Amino acid sequence: MPGKLKAKIVAGRHLPVMDRASDLTDAFVEVKFGNTTFKTDVYPKSLNPQWNSEWFKFEVDDEDLQDEPLQITVLDHDTYSANDAIGKVYIDIDPLLYSEAASVISGWFPIYDTIHGIRGEINVLVKVELFNDLNRFRQSSCGVKFFCTTSIPKGYRAAIVHGFVEELVVNEDPEYQWIDRIRTPRASNEARQRLIFLMSGELQRKIGLKVLEMGGNAVVGYLQCFDLEGESGLVVRAIGTACTLEKLSSGSGTHTHPNTAPASNACNSPSKDGKEPVFGEDLPSSSGPSTPFRALPTSSSSPPPFSPSKPCSRQSSSSDTDLSLTPKTGMGSGSMGKDAGPLKTLLRQQTQTALEQREFPFFTLTSFPSGFLLHVGGVVSARSVKLLDRIHNPDEPETRDAWWEEIRQEIKSHAKALGCHAVVGYSESTSICEEVCILSASGTAAILNPRYMREGCLDLGGSDQRFEDPSPSSCGFCHIPYDELNMPFPAQLTYCFHCRRQKVPDVLFTTIDLPSDAAIAGKGCFIQARLCRLKKKGQGEANATAISNQLPFMEYELHTQLMNKLKLRSMNALFGLSIQISVGENMLLGLASATGVYLTALPAPGGIQIAGKTPGDLNTEQHILNIQKRINDTIAKNKEFYEVNPPDLTEEVVGSPIPEPRLRSRLFRSHSESSDELSELDLSHGKKDAFVLEVDDTDAVEDIQSLLTDASPPKGFYSCNTETMPGIYNWTSALQMFTSVRVLRLSNANLSNQALNKVFTDLCENLLKSFYFKLRSMIPCCLSHLVFSVAVPEEDLIQVAVTAVAMTFDKDQTQDKPAEKPITKGCSEAEDQLQFSLELCTDSSSINSQSSSKNSGVPESSHLSTRDRCSTWLELLRLKAHTIRRGSVKTSRRTQSLAHSVSSLEHSSPLTDGRSRSLRSSRSFGGSSVSVVKMTPLSFLPGTRIVKYVGIINMFFIRETTSLREEGGVSGFLHSFVAEVFAMVRAHVAALGGNAVVSYSMKDCVLMENPNKNQCQCLINVSGDAVIYIRETDQEVTGSTANIRLSCTSSADGAT
Amino acid sequence: MAVELDVFVGNTIIMSEEVYQLWLDGYTVNDAVKVRMEGGVLDEFDAKADVVLSDTMDQYRTFQMCERLLHSPTKLANQLLFQIPPHRQATLIERYYAFDDVFVREVLGKKLSKGTKKDLDDISAKTGVMLKSCRRQFDNFKRVFKVVEELKGPLVENIRQHFLLSDKLARDYAAIVFFANNRFETGKRKLQYLTFQDLAFCAGQLINNWTVGAVDNMVEDMDVDLDKEFLQELKELKVLITDKDLLDQHKSLVCTALRGKTKAFNEMEANFKNLSRGLVNIATKLTNTKDVRDFFIDLVEKFIEPCRSDHWTAADMKLYLTHYTNSAHILDTFKHQVVWDRYMGVIKSCIFKMYHD
Repeated sequence: MPGKLKAKIVAGRHLPVMDRASDLTDAFVEVKFGNTTFKTDVYPKSLNPQWNSEWFKFEVDDEDLQDEPLQITVLDHDTYSANDAIGKVYIDIDPLLYSEAASVISGWFPIYDTIHGIRGEINVLVKVELFNDLNRFRQSSCGVKFFCTTSIPKGYRAAIVHGFVEELVVNEDPEYQWIDRIRTPRASNEARQRLIFLMSGELQRKIGLKVLEMGGNAVVGYLQCFDLEGESGLVVRAIGTACTLEKLSSGSGTHTHPNTAPASNACNSPSKDGKEPVFGEDLPSSSGPSTPFRALPTSSSSPPPFSPSKPCSRQSSSSDTDLSLTPKTGMGSGSMGKDAGPLKTLLRQQTQTALEQREFPFFTLTSFPSGFLLHVGGVVSARSVKLLDRIHNPDEPETRDAWWEEIRQEIKSHAKALGCHAVVGYSESTSICEEVCILSASGTAAILNPRYMREGCLDLGGSDQRFEDPSPSSCGFCHIPYDELNMPFPAQLTYCFHCRRQKVPDVLFTTIDLPSDAAIAGKGCFIQARLCRLKKKGQGEANATAISNQLPFMEYELHTQLMNKLKLRSMNALFGLSIQISVGENMLLGLASATGVYLTALPAPGGIQIAGKTPGDLNTEQHILNIQKRINDTIAKNKEFYEVNPPDLTEEVVGSPIPEPRLRSRLFRSHSESSDELSELDLSHGKKDAFVLEVDDTDAVEDIQSLLTDASPPKGFYSCNTETMPGIYNWTSALQMFTSVRVLRLSNANLSNQALNKVFTDLCENLLKSFYFKLRSMIPCCLSHLVFSVAVPEEDLIQVAVTAVAMTFDKDQTQDKPAEKPITKGCSEAEDQLQFSLELCTDSSSINSQSSSKNSGVPESSHLSTRDRCSTWLELLRLKAHTIRRGSVKTSRRTQSLAHSVSSLEHSSPLTDGRSRSLRSSRSFGGSSVSVVKMTPLSFLPGTRIVKYVGIINMFFIRETTSLREEGGVSGFLHSFVAEVFAMVRAHVAALGGNAVVSYSMKDCVLMENPNKNQCQCLINVSGDAVIYIRETDQEVTGSTANIRLSCTSSADGAT
Repeated sequence: MAVELDVFVGNTIIMSEEVYQLWLDGYTVNDAVKVRMEGGVLDEFDAKADVVLSDTMDQYRTFQMCERLLHSPTKLANQLLFQIPPHRQATLIERYYAFDDVFVREVLGKKLSKGTKKDLDDISAKTGVMLKSCRRQFDNFKRVFKVVEELKGPLVENIRQHFLLSDKLARDYAAIVFFANNRFETGKRKLQYLTFQDLAFCAGQLINNWTVGAVDNMVEDMDVDLDKEFLQELKELKVLITDKDLLDQHKSLVCTALRGKTKAFNEMEANFKNLSRGLVNIATKLTNTKDVRDFFIDLVEKFIEPCRSDHWTAADMKLYLTHYTNSAHILDTFKHQVVWDRYMGVIKSCIFKMYHD
């Protein structure tokens, strides 16, 4: 009996009127955990009941603690008939199970009903006492921390990055059980909500076990999704990166609660019985023959590296059905590393052996500590079409496990083909329509620094240094990891424009964030390729085959679009690339989003040249000339807008070796649709090769038109889909996270592919335009982490859901040349770690030495020396604030005013002292007013420092209505639902003691409407990391810590 | 190609004050879009009509969802559904409870009942305020009235606390409640020249000096009901006009003080008895509810109109009333100084306020 869960129901407020006669409610509460239920007394005739219950105690296994949510049901007592449910609150206990996270959950939670939405609020206190459990066969994994953040969380360092963890659980979907025919929609929704809560708890526990087995203590980049397969079941699956994280301060945070500390310590320590996988302690000696890739367990033999017909040039991808009608194009060419220098080979082998021991050397992280990522090969992706009604044993996970296993193997072999031993920025997704399911996985093939795979790896300056790749960090990741004589795909190679030592490709596509030390020119830019393809309605295998046949063409077209748009903006690299393909009954949607950037290490992109097929026709030629002019104008305009002014390298370029003709011709082939004609064209347009587009039929004209219709954002706006906007470094603290959903109904007229494309493109473009308009008051501002997700909810409907954050920045400083960037950026990152340790520990000397060794790579001189002299952290902060202010007066002023508003909210309302007197009556039930909870899809909040992660947020809600018109139609319905979801997330974060959610994402938004029946149902799944942040400037620090303390004490007050 | 669904929800409420005002003013979404487009949103930002429409719809929905909360503004501060910065909360509330003077002038003193609500379309047609906006304003009056009706303590303060309004707005609402409660007649043609602000000022004077609350601040309805004892005592003032000696003495005192100081002296002297009778009669009749309702019309008919026809200037008026009030203190047989001051203090400031074109 390793745990005791205690819950106390304090009070309710704003309850709905349940008794029409008296206009009041006789409310009581049921508290349920597992199979145990407690009840409070009925608090008669009040909309603001004060139960102030005893502590309800549940004695449970820690396994249950992880799986089960605490379920609180508020009911209206009725003497003569059945009690009416008002609503429910599910509380995830998980954050209470780590040592460093929250110690108590306390606060106001919205009472939620799946039919009526939020109906009042309830104040609850929850605590957990864990007991020592030395049973090594235990099934629980308490103490393993989960982070949605796809980088090493702030305030931690990764001692070891263990690697990929995944798990999948299946259950019957309550909506499809026979009992659903006779129960109410509410009962069915609640069964589903509860089931998903249980399943994600179980999933997290199982993943936790795997992590413990690997010797880790945390999962970073935790990505959980659910698949509504319909008849065949409900799948909840998750992937993540197991790590051993160490807190950067010696005395762990001041916030830990004495109650939980001893218990969780025991829980936290991973099994000490020496099961930790040891990666290559003897690695340096293993320099045997280069057979790094053993026989793969896949069926794929190895045909020539890359069939030339393979459409995508930078992307090695494949798609197949479970029917396996066509043989897979295998990627496992075992040749690599032959030509590279011996040092490199050694390095590779070493890492490979380290990684070889893992089944999948995948990392869900998208940004890495500096030095972690050595080289990047390119995007790898795999898709597979499956039939859900073919699952033999739908209640068991085996079949799905096998499917994913297959896809992951494919990804792994693609990475190998690119000469890489790891995949970073890895993610998986599905799209389901009826019985057809497309499974997709993608990531970026990369070579990692082996140091990070081993214990104590981050202690720089050790003997590992000699294996360090000699390339500088600003361009090293661009250098090709594959063998240039045996390239997996045709590419034009040049010597790196930075170090001139290594080869780089002409274009680089990745799924990760821009490395913080990468050298770029100008600003980044959001680039999107959209595609809509009609598909015949079909069933079963024929349908699956049809879809599967379309996939490569779609990927090819998306890729071409991306390439064109990239060139149009005169950029040469894509980061954060995500390609989503959604299947509907009669169409397939493809959406590729990425952030374009100009990497100065890569060659400048050439222009785009338009070629006509029928020379002589004057009209056509004139037309072509016009288009060409427009394209050139657009390029010039974009260059100016994004401030892409790379250092002029003309003279040096002459000196750099021009790739062999063989490569050249290959390049053309890879880029063009019809290679034969291309060779006839004169490509030496100017000093750079132009990208040639052919205008041979109306389709092509349309394509070019659509290329040009992408409007650049209005002045003062930038956008990207990555964590940070390349080229903007001076964020101010204003931020607005938003979710937007749009559904378009296609008119019945039979549309052509082209027309459909236009509709889809306009839909996305209009969404962006509307964001710019709505957020215009924030200018200068950047839309970061724009995540689009498309779906075809039913025939003729296209749904696009977007979540992003708008952040303001200081315009005056954006002119900062990239040259200054490494200082500001690098420092701020180092400071993050450094300051934190200083802040929580007055004994700074030991930490200083530790941190200075850690920061050896970063320019630190003046900062560090001043810091050494600081005796108290307050002084330090003041110092820092000073430097910040010197840098930008505007920034500090703005943040101050924001801090001001926060603290004034803490004073409950704009009330004078005189007035608060009378409000006391209303406040007695209200407690303190609502504290502000910021939300962002990014892993950081500008102008602040995250001091503590209080727990992962992973919530699932269903909302249904049978009075759609009365709620303002679908828009009204969804608007209030999204607002309610935000409210519930904020409430849970606040109850954990947090004041922000980072890495927030809306995983799913499934909308099913039936306007004829006046009905609508929607499912939303959101996740994120609840954190406590403090402002960076001194005065604000004191202000906001006071706030935190204030909110803590006030909630505690409410408890007693 | 129909947009079936279109929503945009921010973690912090997204609103523009311009759109909020349009919503409050009762514009439909389409009309609001038209107004915005004409107002130059289009020019300053390359926005097409559909973008403006989508934005307007989102905001209208947000406001509709907020409306329930705005009905009890204290909830707005501790509700969880919307994250609204404090200054925005204040704006939302203040604007929601703001009203059009032309509209309020029409319903001032009327019973806030269903019957009046039915007449709102006439009022809307007459004032040019949209019906929807009229309804909101009327419902606000009614809501405030209902809440403060049952509360103890000072009226203005109660309104401010329960509806989190600014001091100015709370005072205006106090006036509206006061007028509605006492059903003062304000609709007569002769009173039409008075603005809401004139009347609100007078209401403030009455509340501060003539209600129960002026003497005792812990009784129910203290600021809404006039002090009955005081009204009773007012009857004693009758001596000023019934006692011939007293009246003459009063007149001579006032005339001595005024002589040579104003051009209207002759008219003042000639009209003194008439005017004094008017004012004192108003005082003595106030025990009748009916006469309380006619308080303003009486003031205008019995005092302001005669003075105006004699072309008194505002300064003349001030001079006259000051001496008229003060001279009463010198009358040795007049014993009701306290009541007199309490009465004349209010009358003086009301007339000053009301004496204009």
